[in-house]
Amino acid sequence: MLRVIGKRLALLIPTLFGLSVLLFLWVRSLPGGPATALLGERATPEAVARVNELYGFDQPLLLQYFTYMGKLLQGDFGTSIITGRPVLQEFATRFPATIELSVVALIFAIGIGIPLGYLAARHYGKVVDHGSVVLSLIGITIPVFFLAFILKYLFAIQWPILPPDGRQNPRINATHFTDFYVLDGILTGEYDAAWDAFQHLILPGLALGTIPLAIIVRITRASVLEVQNADYVRTARAKGLMEKTIRSRFILRNAMLPVVTTIGLQTGLLISGAVLTETVFAFNGIGSFLRDAIFELDYPVLQGFIIFIAILYALINLIVDISYTIIDPRVRVQ
Amino acid sequence: MSNILPPAAGGEVTPATAEPTLSEGSGTGLWKDAFRRLRRNPQAIAGAIIIGLFLLVAALAPILAPYGGNELPGRTEITPINIPGPGELPEYPLGLDRFGGDVLSKLIWGAQASLMIGVISTAIGLAGGMLLGLLAGGLGGWVDSVIMRFVDILLSVPNLLLAVSIAAILGQGQYAVMIAIGASQLPIFARLLRSSMLSQRGSDYILAAQTLGLSRRTITMSHLLPNSVGPVIVQATLSLATAVIDAAALSFLGLGGGLPQTAEWGRMLTYAQAELASSPYLAFLPGACIAITALGFTLLGESLREALDPKTRQK
Repeated sequence: MLRVIGKRLALLIPTLFGLSVLLFLWVRSLPGGPATALLGERATPEAVARVNELYGFDQPLLLQYFTYMGKLLQGDFGTSIITGRPVLQEFATRFPATIELSVVALIFAIGIGIPLGYLAARHYGKVVDHGSVVLSLIGITIPVFFLAFILKYLFAIQWPILPPDGRQNPRINATHFTDFYVLDGILTGEYDAAWDAFQHLILPGLALGTIPLAIIVRITRASVLEVQNADYVRTARAKGLMEKTIRSRFILRNAMLPVVTTIGLQTGLLISGAVLTETVFAFNGIGSFLRDAIFELDYPVLQGFIIFIAILYALINLIVDISYTIIDPRVRVQ
Repeated sequence: MSNILPPAAGGEVTPATAEPTLSEGSGTGLWKDAFRRLRRNPQAIAGAIIIGLFLLVAALAPILAPYGGNELPGRTEITPINIPGPGELPEYPLGLDRFGGDVLSKLIWGAQASLMIGVISTAIGLAGGMLLGLLAGGLGGWVDSVIMRFVDILLSVPNLLLAVSIAAILGQGQYAVMIAIGASQLPIFARLLRSSMLSQRGSDYILAAQTLGLSRRTITMSHLLPNSVGPVIVQATLSLATAVIDAAALSFLGLGGGLPQTAEWGRMLTYAQAELASSPYLAFLPGACIAITALGFTLLGESLREALDPKTRQK
């Protein structure tokens, strides 16, 4: 097991290396070069020259690359142009918000997606099935930001039962030490603060979770449909096993492999959706920070973030592969 | 994963079980057969109608739209606290936006913009991806390794972020958006074509062609490629939906360039944000247009996949 993990992590190295080269070239091909990105478009030539000298942008490319890699390997991603603080520190303070949001979105997507997909397959061709097919089709084709608008309009403006934006009501005097607002509230016993933070998560969480939900429904449905007529299911039935046992141990378990893969893929994709969702709900997480970084061409932030996401992707894939061995003994043997 | 979504019609149409698959050989090619099956699939027809309407509106925009795309005919009708909504003024049936633009005209011109961005960006992705996939699948060896590593790297960055990074280099504007979205779709096409070619490589007909002494180029170009292109075409149809949504997302984030009142669906949503409480139609109308267009391409793409899938073909 450990050897498999080690091997997978080793495979990550060439990808990250290639990515670092591409990012390095990317920063250098920004319009006007990195110095202009730092100083703004109306920078004087003298100022540009000074910055180039200061940051070493006037050095030979190869030398620049080694300096840059050296810093990356030490975990130094540079300073954000917008805030002037280290990129890593910025990530650390904003990531908890996006993680909270993603967790809500995933719980929603998995908690409804798998049962709905399973029901659709069991009642193939019936109303539940058609309904779920149509719903998942809508879920796939509706743009995240449009869905966010609809939810915000319905549940925060038309029937104001949930807060329209932000992470927590500023009037609540909450203590924060982990930056996970819900968790903070629970740990400090400020349950009203935790409840308020949770309410702020519902609408963006629903918006963010809808695409993964739709995809999980489809994959679960297709996978259960394929499995439920398999020979071993017929055998199980023939030897008189209880229907409950057949469903949970034979059908569902065997149908889960593609579903787990999909969940992994979708988890990685949540971050793109978060950029859009957080923008609509003025939710102060990594997504809205990225949006600002895009506008200001805050390249140290973008660069650090892309490397970070690539690592995250690889880790998620690794977790998916490990979960295979838990679900399916055949994978374990190989 | 096989696609198991046969709509009601799928099973009923062919009672020709007495006359098995051989009869298909008499003049019915893969594509002809696929087309025949598409015509009988209500899902495909619904998709085709949506796309047909969308194409028609986009093509006839100059005739259909009461006003020009960037015109602000109702500039004098709006005040900071009041934007006339749908039905309030007879000359603007779907109301005005905060700039004084006619929403109906902007939606119509927006169809043209979306169609152009969607088609061109997918074409860019398709052309680039197919070239890479063809080189990788056709030449194999180290070329294959290098190209696939490159594709892996691109795949390790989320699509939207990749598009955004490319747009950052190219500057804001419609062309940047097209290239960015095209480039972000390139890896999928490259991978699909390569894997499809690899799966065909061991087939008997390739072996036959090799035995006949045909050159590698001829085999690749006139045997391998045409037989491997099916999944790529399906993906291209589905990618059109993604391209329309992604283009709207990029211009929603403000990377589309041009004037703020530009008639583009994603852009219209950006400025609808502030008016969501008072004029929700400003968000709902363009949003619905994006969703319906994407729905059309998705329906058509999925029926096409079904029609080309050998697993469901025999039915």
